[in-house]
Amino acid sequence: MIDRIPIDAVGVQERVARLCTRSIKKESKLQALDLALRMMDLTTLEGSDSEGKVRQLCNKALHPYTELPNIPSVAAVCVYPNRVALAKSILKDSSISIASVATAFPSGMSSLQIKLDDVNYAVSEGADEIDMVISRGAFLSGEYARVYDEIAQIKEACGTAHLKVILETGELGSLENVRMASDLAMKAGADFIKTSTGKITPAATMPVVLVMLQAIRDFHVATGKKIGMKPAGGIRSSKQAIQYLVMVKETLGNDWLDPSLFRFGASSLANDVLMQWVKEKTGRYQSLNYFSND
Amino acid sequence: MANEQTNHPTSQATTMNSIPKTYKNYINGEFPRTESGRYYSVEALDGKHIANVGLSSKKDVRNAVQAARKAQATWAQKTAYNRGQIMYRIAEILSGRREQFINEMILLGYSQEAAELEINACIELIVYFAGWTDKIDQVFGSVNPVASDHFNFSRHEPVGVVGIISPETPSLLGMLGLLLPNMVAGNSQVIIASKQFPLPTCTFAEVLATSDVPAGTVNIITGLKSELIPPISQHMDVDVLVGDVSLDTEFRVLCEVESASNMKRVYFWESFISLDELNSSPNETISTCVHSLKDPYHILHVQEVKTTWHPISE
Repeated sequence: MIDRIPIDAVGVQERVARLCTRSIKKESKLQALDLALRMMDLTTLEGSDSEGKVRQLCNKALHPYTELPNIPSVAAVCVYPNRVALAKSILKDSSISIASVATAFPSGMSSLQIKLDDVNYAVSEGADEIDMVISRGAFLSGEYARVYDEIAQIKEACGTAHLKVILETGELGSLENVRMASDLAMKAGADFIKTSTGKITPAATMPVVLVMLQAIRDFHVATGKKIGMKPAGGIRSSKQAIQYLVMVKETLGNDWLDPSLFRFGASSLANDVLMQWVKEKTGRYQSLNYFSND
Repeated sequence: MANEQTNHPTSQATTMNSIPKTYKNYINGEFPRTESGRYYSVEALDGKHIANVGLSSKKDVRNAVQAARKAQATWAQKTAYNRGQIMYRIAEILSGRREQFINEMILLGYSQEAAELEINACIELIVYFAGWTDKIDQVFGSVNPVASDHFNFSRHEPVGVVGIISPETPSLLGMLGLLLPNMVAGNSQVIIASKQFPLPTCTFAEVLATSDVPAGTVNIITGLKSELIPPISQHMDVDVLVGDVSLDTEFRVLCEVESASNMKRVYFWESFISLDELNSSPNETISTCVHSLKDPYHILHVQEVKTTWHPISE
């Protein structure tokens, strides 16, 4: 059903290294920072997430930095299903989407019925986007059809909500597996493919993302469908974010330089982008003391 | 030693002695080259080339401040006694490398006597401040009388990251006079070395690197004051600026004005002695300088007082 495509790992590393040497400064840097902020899924996925924490996060999503009123708001906030309703109540009048992880996040170790219930619950609470995890155990033991069917059924349960499929590439072992899981997820109906839960190291790395972007490109050529990409976890600096944007532009073209087709899953990246932004505007290097944590 | 080498002109030691050296920055416990890729030539008074030294840029300042911020808690959280031990070790290692420092100072135009006196004074000053680490709270902390049922006490805590603008001369003592109170205080620092006489400060980085001082606690960058003072005084993550009174008025005004952005404290202490004075009356000038630098109130200037109200029952 899904071909196993060999990947030249050294070639991927070299291509990534070459793309990372681009120097993006001044006006173009400001544009890239603006784009990165608009593409951000501001995330909090901790067992300790209280109502207050989620409220703070939503306010940060709406007003990233009050001293610069022209700063755009982020694309979405990403929370656990039981915090969706709260986030919805705060963000209902804004353009910010609510993303929710579901399907026994982060391990995915539960029955299909429980995963479907999880998705239904998140959607009924008002989630616009569902971030599901694939069953890595099943994938690694070669039960591809089972993984495929799960994704397809969850896509159905999502209804109008967008489905992002988390491959958890840190557990897949090889770039070949990453490519195969990407192809499988896209064929099964994913709207987005996403690298990681953020709970496993390594999370998003550039070689893995390049392989996934190439899978998206090939899928687009074959079917005409545009699938989105979301690297998540481990992206903390603006510099990294800009390198990802360069890679997206060079692999998929300008169409993907849009929040509808590319997202960053991150929590601490937002403050670094804001600090760089203010630095570009004022010429002063900034301090984290002046930026809110959530 | 020098005579011995001229007797064996083909020996490896002679060749090794003459290799030209490029002095690097000292950031986060490492010796990176300046981000700018630019260098300047340090020359002896007769114009002879001595060494290449980095002409650092604002990005080096950024990297150094980042390293200092990261290291500050590590340094401050060491016990006072341990910080004293580490500072004493700096003095031990400096003392072991005395000859190298004297040679560098002589290359830069010092008389033998002035160089020896200055390095002795440096060692003395480090030992003096090393002793203060576990005494500052005892001497300057206080238990305060209050009218309610509280045990009320005040103690001194570090301010954070300090930018230090070294005077041109004395080449090592001047810098240490500004650095040491900050180390005792528990701050981490970014030092802008003397432009004309940077070698002893650069070599001092090698002393720090072998003294158990945690990486990033002290960072040293070399280059032009006109290029380095603006970014460090504008930096929102620097909490204090310390310079010397000999600093040009133009730069002193710049420090004061730019520091308003995040309300940095700005101090100018007296550690300057001109090279002429050093060479004409080394004994007198150096002892006067050390006397004025041995001032525990310099430590208090770069600390914050924290007062605690602890409820007590009858």
